[in-house]
Amino acid sequence: MTDIPAKAAAPSASGGSVLLTLMKLRTFIALIAVLVFFSIAAPNFLSAANLILMAKHVALNAFLAMGMTFVIITGGIDLSVGSIVGLCGMVAGYLVLNGIDLQIGYTVYFNVVEIALITLGIGILIGAVNGLLITRLNVAPFIATLGTLYVARGLALLSSDGRTFPNLAGKPELGTTGFGYLGAGKLLGLPVSIWILVVVALGAAYLARYTPLGRHIFAVGGNERAARISGVRVNMVKMFVYMFSGFCAAIVGLIISSELMASHPATGESFELNAIAAAVLGGTSMSGGRGTIGGTIVGAFVIGILSDGLVMMGVSSFWQMVIKGLVIIVAVVVDQAQRRLQSRVTLLQMAKAG
Amino acid sequence: MSSSPGHDVILKLEDISKVYAGTVAVKHANFEVRKGAVNVLVGENGAGKSTLMKIIAGVEQPTAGRILLDGNEVSFSSSGDAVSRGIGMVFQELNLFGNLSVAENIFATRELTNAFRKIDHREQERRAAGFLEQLEAGIRPDMLVEDLRIGQQQLVEIAKAVSLDARILIMDEPTSALSAAEVEILFKVIADLKARGVAIVYISHRLEELIRIGDYITVLRDGRITGQEEMKNVDTQWIVRQMIGSDAKDFAKADGHRPGAEVFRTEEICLPRVTGGLAVDHVSLSLRAGEILGIYGLMGAGRSELFDCIMGRHGQASGRIFIDGRQVKERDTARRIQRGLALIPEDRQREGLVSILSVASNLTMASLSRFVSLFHIRGGAERQAVTQMVRELSIKVADPAQEVSSLSGGNQQKVVIGKALLTGPKVLLMDEPSRGIDVGAKADVFRTMRKLSRDGLGILFATSDLDEVMALSDRIAVMSNGKLTGMFERAEATEAAIVAASALGHGPVHGEQRR
Repeated sequence: MTDIPAKAAAPSASGGSVLLTLMKLRTFIALIAVLVFFSIAAPNFLSAANLILMAKHVALNAFLAMGMTFVIITGGIDLSVGSIVGLCGMVAGYLVLNGIDLQIGYTVYFNVVEIALITLGIGILIGAVNGLLITRLNVAPFIATLGTLYVARGLALLSSDGRTFPNLAGKPELGTTGFGYLGAGKLLGLPVSIWILVVVALGAAYLARYTPLGRHIFAVGGNERAARISGVRVNMVKMFVYMFSGFCAAIVGLIISSELMASHPATGESFELNAIAAAVLGGTSMSGGRGTIGGTIVGAFVIGILSDGLVMMGVSSFWQMVIKGLVIIVAVVVDQAQRRLQSRVTLLQMAKAG
Repeated sequence: MSSSPGHDVILKLEDISKVYAGTVAVKHANFEVRKGAVNVLVGENGAGKSTLMKIIAGVEQPTAGRILLDGNEVSFSSSGDAVSRGIGMVFQELNLFGNLSVAENIFATRELTNAFRKIDHREQERRAAGFLEQLEAGIRPDMLVEDLRIGQQQLVEIAKAVSLDARILIMDEPTSALSAAEVEILFKVIADLKARGVAIVYISHRLEELIRIGDYITVLRDGRITGQEEMKNVDTQWIVRQMIGSDAKDFAKADGHRPGAEVFRTEEICLPRVTGGLAVDHVSLSLRAGEILGIYGLMGAGRSELFDCIMGRHGQASGRIFIDGRQVKERDTARRIQRGLALIPEDRQREGLVSILSVASNLTMASLSRFVSLFHIRGGAERQAVTQMVRELSIKVADPAQEVSSLSGGNQQKVVIGKALLTGPKVLLMDEPSRGIDVGAKADVFRTMRKLSRDGLGILFATSDLDEVMALSDRIAVMSNGKLTGMFERAEATEAAIVAASALGHGPVHGEQRR
């Protein structure tokens, strides 16, 4: 990355293009910077145990941020993901403990796989509600998802009257054991949640790059009218991104409940803001049309490592918030500077070409 | 240029150029504006008239050149700057706030306030009423602008400009949405302003109008000024010659192939207007394979709306369309494209392209399903199609992965055309396909249209350029006020007949025609 081949650019333009390359890689540079900084400043930071622990923390935000990235690329926003995390955690906890009472003297208990599927279904369903509000009833995404934020959180609290569902170990005779696997299980030495993240992230990145749906997501965010005239089914694309966001939130709800072996209805409060921050830090443009899954994951890692590292250094959580905010602002300022530089370089090239 | 006494030059542009990303809009223009006179500026679509006027009004800053006001060099950093020096402008696209009242619009940014900085609505409405009365428009100053007809909105825009008490007033196509009677009133107002010594810059496409009220005329072609004269020394032919130039447009020649069987038909297409009436009024037409059917009409004649209806962009449209004799029952755009319809929209930036995506992504956006197995886009097949289309349409692009916004207007237009062609259409709808692109690209586009028709595609194209419709069409349909008012075979079509048909429903055109 250091040496640019001599023939690549004229001397005057190469200064601009080196700077441009640096700016494009800014999230990555930031990631390396925080890694280097904390490995020096915080003892034990680089230990394998700590890295795995941090990765588990980051994974939660990364799931939400991936869903958020697709939504933001289409030009929308999903404020409801935090509440979906809470509600889905409660759904899972309720099903483990109580099953479903059929009101005829029987109660159906599900095994853990079925519970996970039902919970994911609930997350997708709430995403579908968001999507329907936005596409069919023309509610602005901000308002629609703000509404579901409250509704889903309210439902989560109602499900237990505000109490926590404790001890989700399940009972062998009901076949509900094994819920802890998602949060505490390991596969080839890595936590299961990390594996799930890898699978979902690869899937999402593939979707964005190599499928028509992925292309259409970018087209809708870049210019909805042009996309519509080109035959893109804009409403279907929007439905998908909100449902995918709900799906990601449901995964997070499952993992958190599983890690804690308990479901708390307030879980996930303000998670949506962290997700937006990670997406933006990763280069997703709030005006739509731009963003990558890879960038978002790196963004989530920067934010996660920053907060974990600061905790290890004993920095007060109040300062952590200030620092996190500054990092986000700087990221966006650099992003804007890059756009300007980019267009100037393009204009220069065009002027040179004639 | 002969100068006559009494009309002092108040504003002078010297060697002005304006470059946008991708296009040079104005090249080394010298332009003089005279006091107490109507300074006419004329040129074809995309010649650079509006850009030049935006520079005078401070909306755009010139890339190079000087502006002299009363002999002193000035530079306007914003339109407010220009307004404070007495330059007002009536914009072509209406710059009104629909959610505010007429009076609030007229006094926007210079609200009349009392001692406590509270807006004095009563005084604003009183004064606004004065300006509106001058225009005899019957508009109440407390009405919301969005409740007015387009023509009335244009009058509000004019009232707003007049209220500036400007020394220089620029009018960019002020009559495009006015009725004949309203035009008369506007001309009275202009005469009045002239008598008060106001310099008026007047832009229009309607030559009769220009000859009637102009004192000086300047002609622009492709960003260059090609003629500057006193109006009394010129006639229509002179203007047309300067506008089109000796290197007359390179319309690809008809090759004499015969159109085949009917490929497309519309029956009774109607589209209600929001403000009442019909934007498209029972339009029925038929198109044969390999035929180019030109639809001529003025702004607001309903051409674009007709295309929108055909593409299924308006849920409230009625009527039937047929492809190869089979009715198209699908109502959404996506499935109509699958049935073989494709639209090249008039507004490239807003509707044609996703400007932040690459040339390649734009080209294949409408036809991705062709390159997909199961759900995977086959990169090789896609690249091959892109390369082929780039070559066929001679799109000048170094690398198809480049952002489409970095191309020139003409090449962007070719990308839009390529996108439509990749869907494998049977019927191609082209809305003002030559709008805002340079001469060379125009020739390419026209050649492509010929070639496609030879290959058996049916082409419907809408234009407000008379030469274009005469030169390219096998048949010419004329629209006016949403209705189909004429249908001519190429052989029997005359400019006079077409123009007459395009004015039907607008009332007679006033003013004698000097020849």
